[in-house]
Formats: sequence, C-alpha cells, structure tokens
Amino acid sequence: MKIALVGNPNTGKSSIFNMLTGLRQHVGNFPGVTVDVKTGDMRLGDNSASLVDLPGTYSIYPRSTDERVVYESLTVTKAEDQPDAVMVVLDTSNLQRNLLLAGQVYDLGLPTLFVLNMNDVAKRRGISVNEEGLRQHFPEAEIVSSNARAGMGKAAILEALQNLPERKTDRVEPCEMNDLPGQEEETVRRYKEIKKMLPSIESVVSKHDFTSKWDRILTHPVFGYAIFATILLIIFQFIFAFANYPMDLIDGAFSSFSSWTASAIPSGVFTDLLTEGVIPGIGGVVIFIPQIALLFFFIAILEETGYLARVVFIMDRLMRPLGLNGKSVVPMMSSVACAIPGVMAARTISDRKERLITILIAPLMSCSARIPVYTLLISLVIPQTKVWGVINAQGLVLFGLYFLGTVMALVVALILKMLIKTDEMGFLLLELPEYKSPRWGNVGLVVLEKVRVFVWDAGRIILAISIVLWALASYGPSERIQLAENQAIMTADGLGMNTAEKEQLVASAKLENSYIGIMGKGIEPAIAPLGYDWKIGISLITSFAAREVFVGSMATIYAVEDDGEKQTPLMEKMRQEKRSDGGPVYSLATGVSLMVFYAFAMMCMATLAVVKRETKGWKWPMVQLGYMSALAYFGALITYQILA
Amino acid sequence: MAQLLSEIADGQEVRVISIASSVLRVKLLEMGLLEDQPIRVLFRAPLGDPLAIDVNGYVLSLRLSEAKLVSVSSKLEQV
Repeated sequence: MKIALVGNPNTGKSSIFNMLTGLRQHVGNFPGVTVDVKTGDMRLGDNSASLVDLPGTYSIYPRSTDERVVYESLTVTKAEDQPDAVMVVLDTSNLQRNLLLAGQVYDLGLPTLFVLNMNDVAKRRGISVNEEGLRQHFPEAEIVSSNARAGMGKAAILEALQNLPERKTDRVEPCEMNDLPGQEEETVRRYKEIKKMLPSIESVVSKHDFTSKWDRILTHPVFGYAIFATILLIIFQFIFAFANYPMDLIDGAFSSFSSWTASAIPSGVFTDLLTEGVIPGIGGVVIFIPQIALLFFFIAILEETGYLARVVFIMDRLMRPLGLNGKSVVPMMSSVACAIPGVMAARTISDRKERLITILIAPLMSCSARIPVYTLLISLVIPQTKVWGVINAQGLVLFGLYFLGTVMALVVALILKMLIKTDEMGFLLLELPEYKSPRWGNVGLVVLEKVRVFVWDAGRIILAISIVLWALASYGPSERIQLAENQAIMTADGLGMNTAEKEQLVASAKLENSYIGIMGKGIEPAIAPLGYDWKIGISLITSFAAREVFVGSMATIYAVEDDGEKQTPLMEKMRQEKRSDGGPVYSLATGVSLMVFYAFAMMCMATLAVVKRETKGWKWPMVQLGYMSALAYFGALITYQILA
Repeated sequence: MAQLLSEIADGQEVRVISIASSVLRVKLLEMGLLEDQPIRVLFRAPLGDPLAIDVNGYVLSLRLSEAKLVSVSSKLEQV
C-alpha cells in the first residue's frame, strides 16, 4: 500500500512523517515524478505500507520544482501509478488556509485521512476545532487529531489508515498545470466555501497578536545582520574545531585497513584494485561525513526553530540585485560543506532563473574537499609570520580563499543574471513560522538523510572515478612502464635503498609512465604559463575524482609516504624540488596560483552529475564546467604572472 | 480610498480590494489574500523590502513588487 503525505509548509508534516516511519526512511522514486522524494516504511496491522513525504505546498498547483512533484504524483491518471490513499496534515491554528489544499486533495477521489496537527498551538491561541463539524463537510474522509511534536497521535493515525473507507463519489478533475484563470477561479470559489463552513468547524475565543519582540531584533537593520554573521561564524568555528578529530580517525582507519588488506591477501591486480582503488576511494567519501553532518546539524536547528525563514527575509533584498533569492542563502551555506546537498537545496526556490543561478554558482563556495589541498599548499609557501603583529598569515590566506570563492560566486551570479533570459517573474511569498524549540529527533533525521544523499549520490561517482583513475595510473604502454620499473629498481639497488624507499621509487616511476603520467606530460605546455610542471599536471588530472586526491597523488609522484595527516615527508620533498633554472618549483607564485586554480575549478564529477539531474540535461553542467575551468585557468594565469 | 499594499505603513490594518492581473495572482489568492480579507502590515526587512503581513492568523512575507499587485482600502471603509 502506498500512501501520499501532503500538507502546507510548517504544519509539522515532517514530524508526523518521522513519528510514523522513524529510521525506516529512504530516498526513492515515485511513479510519475521526476525528482526523488523521501519514502518511509511503516506497519499497518499485518501489512506494510510505504509513506511518501511530498514537499510542503499551499495548493496542488505548483510554484517550484519541489511543489511540481505534488501535482505530478497526485494527478497521475494511470491507475497503477496513483497512490492508494492520501494523508493531509492540517495546521489546526490556521484552518482557513490549510483547508484549501485539503479540499483540493479530497476532491481527487482517493481514500483520504485528515490529520489535525498542532492542536497545542491552536489551544494557546484560543482556537478549538470541532471534528464533527469538519466531518459534515468532508463526509468520506477520516479525521484524527495529533500533536506530532509531542509524539501524540501515532496510534490514532495508524488505526485510521487501516480503516480508510473506499470512496463513493467521483474524482473531480483538477485544472491543468498552466491553466491560471481556471486555478484563480477555483481558488476564489474554494475560499468562499471554506469561509462558509468555518463557523461550524472552529471557534476562536481571542484573536492572536503577532508582535514578536524576537522578530524586532532578528530582522533589525543592524542587529539582524550582526546576529546572522555571528551565528555563521560560530557554526564554522565549531565545524573546524571539532570535525578534525573524527576525520583523523577515519583517515587512520582506512589507511591501516588498506595496508592490512594488502598484507592479508596474495598480491595481484585484484589486491591492487582493492588497496589502491576501492578502499582509498571509499575512504575519500567517508572522510567528509563529519563536516557534512555537523553543518547540516546546525542548518537543521536553524530551520526547525523558524530562524532560517527570517534569514531568507533579511537577505532577499541583498541577494536580488545579483539575480539570486533570499532562499539562495541556504544552498550557498550548504555548499561550504559540499556542493551536492547545496545544489539539491536550491529546489525550494520557485523562480527558475534564480534557482538556476544558485545551482551554477554553488560549487564556487569553498567546500570541505578543498581544505586538504589548501592546507598543504599554504604550509608549503606561506610563511608562519604574524600580520600586524596578531593575525597568523597562514590563517589569513585560508580565510582569503573562502572569501575569494564567495565573492567570485556573487560576481558570477551578477553576470549570469544579465546573460540568462527569462519571461517568468521572480517571487518570494514566504511564510514566517512561529519560533519554536527544535525537535532533536527531526534534526537527527535531517542529518542522516543529508549524509545518506552525499554518500550515495556523490560517493558512488567518486568511487567509480577513483577506480578508473587507479587503472589509468597503474597501466601504461606495457614496454614503457616495464622499462621504467626496471630502471627504478636498478637505481634503488645502486643507491642501497631499503624496501620501503625502493617501493616508493618504483611507484613513482610507474605513475610517471602510466597513461595518466603521459597525459600529465601532455598538458605541460598548457599549464606551464600557470607555473606548473607535469607532476602537478598529473595531480590536476587525478583531482577530477575529488579535489583532495591531489595530496595523495603528489605523495605518489614524489615517492614519499602519504602519512595522511601532516604530510611532513611530502612537504620536505616538495620544498627541495628545483626547476631547471635552479629556483624552487613551489615558489610563492606557483603555490598561490594553484590555490586560485583549486578555488575556481569544477573538479568534482559528482557535483556535475547532480547538476545534470537537477537541471534535467547536460547543458547546464557543461556551462558550469566551461565557465569554472576558464575562471580557474585565467585566474591562476594572472596570479602566477603577477607574482612571478 | 484605494492604495497599494506596498504603500501601507507598519502596524496599519487594511482590507484587500483586488489583486492585479498577473501570473502571481493565483499564488497570492492561495496565500489567503482574498477580496475583503483584513490584513495588517507587521514589519519590514532592513531595506524596506520584503514586508511581513498578518493574514488571518499567520505571517506572510512578500516582496514590494508582489505587494504592489494588491490594492487595499483602509479597514473602516466598506467595500
């Protein structure tokens, strides 16, 4: 049995979904729907049923990509694609507006359950609802009350779902998605009916007064922005301070697992694939989980409390001249952890152009995969001096890179705004929900879902590419690679190296003569003006799986141990590396040029794949790849030419 | 006297007269801005845009450009 869950935003719909399905949630396809939706399993007596959490919406007629899902899934005419029943969550404290959607859904002729939620808020506002009165107007619907935030009503809902009566009346066909006059006429007619029925459904003792002192502070011209900036600062401070510990643990665990595997099973191609391709590939995905989980933990709290809607409210006017929307703030914040959930979060933006621009600029925000690259390069070329006596120069450069990414994102947004044509009109129309304390269960499930999306959507692509790259880096024209290996062994024996050193030298020689090595040398003329040699070229190519692979590739090329953490041996080697004219390869100019390159380059196949899915085609991911590559190349070129 | 919602000062209570013809008309109606509906302007974002209004018990925020589509009259006048 398949049950669709619908309701206005801020009605506690996700609390109900979480209450009924708990941890048995997954992202899945729904017939007739192009975007993935959350589905959860629950037991109904002896049967199991799946509950599909459709995005919150004020009517069945869509405004955003998100809401389109509701229309598409509820109005499918093919019988086998239709849900078996619909559950509508209504905010008891605001029945008038909630009954619009409820009435539209009721008329679709599916077995229907109305859940009157948040009756505690209604009670506080002096509103009492008469279920019998409601039943008279919707005779074929089951009606139950709940308070999902307090975990109340689960049994009643489950029982009602098992006893949903078959519908006797016919389905009333909704308007076409583009039939605006028809929808206007229907909305006015429905509200007239609702106003007529309301007196028999609810009684209001006192009128609620909306003078929130919190809103006065949080949307204040000075304090509003200052508080938002402070909250952002605290969040990022927290992530940087605490994500490192679990990340080090994960890193250590994967490298010891990899070496254990190498020693435990007989050596061969399969072992190499496992220890050099698959295990590091999975490790490269898992390592980002702590940062992503922490960031979404905070974003979920801000969302749950109702503060995020205020952020949208105060940021909208500032973002609009750039072709963005107040709602672009959340995708951009998310992208600081990872662009993939960021790109997906843009679905809530109703205007097509504003949504597209948000998606296109999201990967310019500095994501967590860039940090290992930045850290290595900064400690290599930036001295540990103090600026103005107090600020650490290395820290300042790191901050500068984040700043650079953000500013470039905004500049590109402005340019895209002028380039992308639209005949739609951007709009906001956002409800500011009441402030409430967060429900930790909901927060936890949001974190779980985001991590799952990252691991699944990004993870499998990163893994696939790291296997392809492993193959390209392990194989080359057979004679050439054999010759190089023999030579390396001879050199190592001649110098009397120990086994570890010899292995590292052989690995380096093999990489240099592999297909990737040949590619790296092939692009050398193109990257020489940026200050890079073929060794950096190899690492640039391998970075296409994920940016942080740069560090591991460098370690292999320089035939040093990748210690995963401080990279001391690698840095020693890189520092000593000399150009043909005697100057160091990793000069300030080359180092900064590389940092600029990584700040701008679209080196993440997983993001491209998600952008393709979200924009339904290859056009926009290709535009994104093109403009970001150009930015990276010319940004790095200018940087190098100025500094050199 | 008819005014646009965008011109109403904070704290004032007014009544909706009509919504100009626009692709947004149906969305504004769905949010409860129906003919004769009493609404109250609550506060504005720092640069005066968007604004927040009370519509029958909930807070709706809308851009000035959206508020310009809504003509309102002072509450005391009968429509």
